[in-house]
Amino acid sequence: MQTIFSIAVDALAYGMVLFVISIGLSVTMGLMRVVNLAHGAFAMIGGYIASYAARDLGLGYGLAVLIAVFGTIVIAVPIERLLYRRIYGAPELTQVLMTIGITFCIIGIANYVFGPTLKTMPLPPGLRGSVDLGFRSIATHRLFAIACGLAVAVGLWYAIEKTAFGVKLRASVDNAAMAAALGVRTEIVYAVSFAVAVGLAALGGVVGAELLPVEPYYALRYMVTFLVVVSVGGAGSIPGALLACLLLGGIDTAGRYLMPEFGEFFFYLAVIAIVCVFPRGLAGRTR
Amino acid sequence: MKRTILAALAALAMSGAACADTIKIGVIGPFSGPFALQGKNFKAGIDAYMAMNGSKVGDDDIEVIYRDVPQPDPAQSKALAQELVVKEGVQYLAGFYFTPDAMAVTPLLEQANVPLVIMNAATSAIVTKSPLAVRTSFTLWQTSTPIAKVTKDAGVSKIISVVSDYGPGVDAENAFKQGFEAVGGEIVEAIRMPLSTNDFSPIMQRIKDSGAEGVFAFLPSGPTTLGFVKAFNENGLKDAGIKFFAPGDLTQESDLPALGEAALGIRTTFHYAVSHDSPENKAFVEAAAKAIGNPAELSFPAVGAYDGMHVIYKMIEATGGEQDAAKAVDAVKGLSWTSPRGPVSIDPESRHITQNIYLREVAKADDGTYYNKEIQTFEKQGDPGLAALK
Repeated sequence: MQTIFSIAVDALAYGMVLFVISIGLSVTMGLMRVVNLAHGAFAMIGGYIASYAARDLGLGYGLAVLIAVFGTIVIAVPIERLLYRRIYGAPELTQVLMTIGITFCIIGIANYVFGPTLKTMPLPPGLRGSVDLGFRSIATHRLFAIACGLAVAVGLWYAIEKTAFGVKLRASVDNAAMAAALGVRTEIVYAVSFAVAVGLAALGGVVGAELLPVEPYYALRYMVTFLVVVSVGGAGSIPGALLACLLLGGIDTAGRYLMPEFGEFFFYLAVIAIVCVFPRGLAGRTR
Repeated sequence: MKRTILAALAALAMSGAACADTIKIGVIGPFSGPFALQGKNFKAGIDAYMAMNGSKVGDDDIEVIYRDVPQPDPAQSKALAQELVVKEGVQYLAGFYFTPDAMAVTPLLEQANVPLVIMNAATSAIVTKSPLAVRTSFTLWQTSTPIAKVTKDAGVSKIISVVSDYGPGVDAENAFKQGFEAVGGEIVEAIRMPLSTNDFSPIMQRIKDSGAEGVFAFLPSGPTTLGFVKAFNENGLKDAGIKFFAPGDLTQESDLPALGEAALGIRTTFHYAVSHDSPENKAFVEAAAKAIGNPAELSFPAVGAYDGMHVIYKMIEATGGEQDAAKAVDAVKGLSWTSPRGPVSIDPESRHITQNIYLREVAKADDGTYYNKEIQTFEKQGDPGLAALK
C-alpha cells in the first residue's frame, strides 16, 4: 500500500513538471497550428536567464523567475515577427524545418555564450530540503512544481474559455479570415498567444530545472517527451494535456520502480496504444 | 578492391613519410555536440603537452589533425580514420572518447601500419582487438574494483547496485560485484536504469525498499548525474544514512560546480583528480587550464590525452620518425614515467596503463569551490577486466 502511495506521489510530481513545460507547446500546436520544435529551446533560454540572474547577479528566486519569463518573451517576440509569422498556415514540413533550424541556432549560441557545462539555480531556503508526508518524504520544490502546474492549468483554462481574448483566439484559430473580417486583429492575437506560450515554456524550464538540468542540448534532449505529451493529450486541449501528463507520468514512474530494466518500454507502449485508440489525442479537437 | 586501394595508398603514405619531416597525428574525438566538453579536454591535454615539451621530436615537426565524431558512431569513426591514414598520411591515430568508435578502428591498424593510442574509451576489451592498440586512460574495471574494498572497510556489507543500462554501466556493475563478493559483501539487488532516465525518485524508492546499507552507482558524467545525486538527497536517503559509492565519473571536476553541496561527502575511486598534489600535476593543470580557457572545465580526459601524447612522443623517438607501428608499440611496452596523476607504466602484456587509483571524497575548498580530495591510494592497479574476459 505504501509503495502504491509512494509511486502515486512521484507520478504526480513528475507529471506536473511535464505539464508545466509542455503546455506552451500544446497551445502553439493546437491553437496556432504551428509545429514549434523550438519550444524546448525557449524553455532552455528561460532556464539560462534564471540561472544567470540568480547565480551570477545574486537576485532572489521569485525575481529570477519573473526575469526569465519576461526576458524569454522579449527574445522571442522579434523571432515571432521575423520568422514565425511567415510559417503560420504553411505546410507542416516547412514549419518543422524552420523551427528545428531555430533550435540548432539557439543551441549554438547557448553553447558559445554560456559554455557546455550544466547550469543550476540556487533554490530559496523555503524550497530546499524535503517535506515529510508521513509515509515518505518528498522534495519541497516538487510540491512547488505541482502547485505551479495546477495554477497554470486553471489560469489557462480560464483565459481561453472565459475571457474576451479567449473568444477572439478561438475565432482566429477556427477561421482567421472570417475573424479578421469581423474586426479581430488576428496578428495581435497570434503575437500575444505566442508570447504566452513562450512565457510558459520559460516558466517550465525554470520550475523543471531540478529534474531536467539546463545545458545547451536541453533543447533537443527532451523534445520527444514534449511532443509525446502534446500528441497524447490532444493539441490545444488543457484538460487533455493535464490528463496525458498524469497518465504518462504514472506509467513511467511505475514502470521505472517495478521493472527498470525495461527502460521506457511501458511509456512508449502506452503512447502507441493511446494514439491508436485516439488518433487526435485524449481530448483532441476535430478540425 | 577497396582493400587493395587502401593498401596501395597506405604503402604510398609510408614511402612518403620516410623522408618527410612533419609527422602527423590524427586525433578523433567528440569536438562538437553534447560531448564537446570531453573533446575540448582532449585538445587541452594535447596542447598542454606540446606547450611543455615542444612541437618537435628530434628533427621532426609534430602536427596534430583533429576529426570530429560528436556521438558514438563506429561507421563515421572508421571512415574518418581511413581518411586520416590515406589522405592526410598520419603516422599515429589517437583520441577516442567512446568504446565503439575505438573498436571500429582496430581492424585498420595493421594494414595501415599505424599505432592507436586510446586517450579515453574505457571498455577493457579494446586493447585485445589489436596488438597495435595502447591505452593511457583507465577502464571501469580498474576504477570500480577498489571501491568494493572501500565499501567493505566502511562497514557496509549489504549494497544495492544501480547503473545505467549500457556497456560501461554493465562493466561497472560486474567489476563491483566481483570485488565486493570477494571481500564477503552481499549485493542485495542490481538495478539497470535506462540511459534516458530523468526522474530518479522511483529508483530512490527502490533503493530505500531494498534494505541496503549503501548504494553503488554508475552513470555517465553529465546532466543525469546531477539528477541522480539530487534525488538521492531529496528523497531522504542521505539523511537515512545510506552510503553512496561510485567510480569517479560521477564527480568529474567539470560537473562539481553544478552538483555543489549535494555531492559533498560522496566517495569515489578514480585515476585522476585535478586537485592531485604533485609538482607534475601543478605544471600540467597550469598549462592545460591555459589551453582550455576556463579552468573549471578541466576534467579527466585531458590527462589521458596528455599521457597519450607522451607515449606518442616516445614512439617517435624510438622509430626516429620512420613509420613502423610494431617497433613503435614495442618501444613503449613497459615504459614508465611520472604522469600528472602519479607514477604510471604501460603493461607490456596488455598495453594498458598501470596506475594508482585514488579514493576521493568531495570536499569544499576555502574559496567555496568543490573538489575531489584524495584520501587513500591503491598503488599500481592493473586492469582486472582483462582477466574477467578470459
